[in-house]
Amino acid sequence: MTLKTRIIPCLDVKNGRVVKGINFLDLADVGDPVESAKAYDAAGADELCFLDITASHENRGTILDVVRRTAENCFMPVTVGGGVRDVEDVRALMLAGADKVSINTAAVKDRSIVGRAAEKFGAQAIVVAIDAKRVSGEGEADRWEIFTHGGRNPTGIDAIDYAVAVADLGAGEILLTSMDRDGTKAGFDLALTRAISEAVTIPVVASGGVGTLDHLVEGVTLGKASAVLAASIFHYGTFSIAEAKAHMAKAGIPVRLDGGYA
Amino acid sequence: MKIALIDYGAGNLHSAGKALMRALDEIGVTGHVVLGANPDEIASADRIVLPGDGAYRDCREHLAEVDGLEDALNEQVRVKGRPFLGICVGMQLLSEIGEERGETEGLGWIPGRVVALDPKARHLKVPHMGWNTLRKTGEHPVLEGLPFGEKGLHAYFLHSFHLLPTHNTDLLATADYGGAVSAIVGRDTVIGTQFHPEKSQKLGIALLANFLRWAP
Repeated sequence: MTLKTRIIPCLDVKNGRVVKGINFLDLADVGDPVESAKAYDAAGADELCFLDITASHENRGTILDVVRRTAENCFMPVTVGGGVRDVEDVRALMLAGADKVSINTAAVKDRSIVGRAAEKFGAQAIVVAIDAKRVSGEGEADRWEIFTHGGRNPTGIDAIDYAVAVADLGAGEILLTSMDRDGTKAGFDLALTRAISEAVTIPVVASGGVGTLDHLVEGVTLGKASAVLAASIFHYGTFSIAEAKAHMAKAGIPVRLDGGYA
Repeated sequence: MKIALIDYGAGNLHSAGKALMRALDEIGVTGHVVLGANPDEIASADRIVLPGDGAYRDCREHLAEVDGLEDALNEQVRVKGRPFLGICVGMQLLSEIGEERGETEGLGWIPGRVVALDPKARHLKVPHMGWNTLRKTGEHPVLEGLPFGEKGLHAYFLHSFHLLPTHNTDLLATADYGGAVSAIVGRDTVIGTQFHPEKSQKLGIALLANFLRWAP
């Protein structure tokens, strides 16, 4: 009996609507996050990630509604991130039905939110999302820094130091995105993934850059990630969740093949 | 059949409620799920379910804060023997003591302590997060027909602590994660799952259906 490596599709949600939706299935409403969640639930995804990119804080209610409806319609664990500013935001998402809540910029600004949230909801519910970018030059020792605002703003904070610090504060998982690789389809930044995975004793989800099924495998075998996250390869139907799992199983990675409950 | 799903501000009620309705369908029994913490509603329920997402201490405080809730649970479950299911922290609260963020006294319905996971293999990460299979370690009507073992179905775990019962006979199933992790416990008319049946798809619904069928 072994804990299985998780495959996690991620949906961007803006004002309650999916931005890049599933476009290979005949969904009644491609923009409805709950329809997409149901499709991934039936397909056997191990968890689902919603990233709320709603710009204004006044429209936060839209994501709560999405989470509530998803919890009512799916028997699948859901992580929700984006725009989480304080412990009250975490509480609202948890009560709406999120299993885990991911904190990004708020933790960069003030790390104490991680400890405060973990005290209330337990470490297992608190994910810290780290957007990292390589800052070391050619021939130098590897170094990555935390960036905010979609990779535009450097913070000067070392990514490995930060990961260790938030894990100590009570984070239960790290969602690690390489801003160099995000959207490139060139594969994960494996050196970054491995460096963070080996530096912390909590699970690390690799994200950013998946273009092929081998990339998913490498994230686990070379990057030492506990889970792999991808968006477009699944939404656009390049590969199905089942194909991804079959490929990982063939590479010797333990995966759950009995998923799906339509 | 009336199912009381306890709302004490510490849980994912939407999924649990939906999964219980699904389990009712499965066993072909008409019924409904009542959300809340009203002692009268609990008194008239045929089944009581205590979910729990959060830290042990925080959930314990929430439970104690609801007027009359603990008395009602004690009366219905301990005195009248109503079938009860605790999920995740709702299961951990059955213990005598929880060690998450300092020692906290639990309900004490299942003798034992809730302790931090400490997997033997160094590469294993904590929390134990994700899908794992189960090993059956006891006999219980709620386990009947569930597909256990390596080739069995998976359950969804999300936790850093687990309940170690004082009596081996109270431990009904485990998962393997660098050693045995308590997955299902049971004593008298009380049962608890560390994993989330409401997130565990086929296995979860099958377990909930068994719980609803169970007539101790």
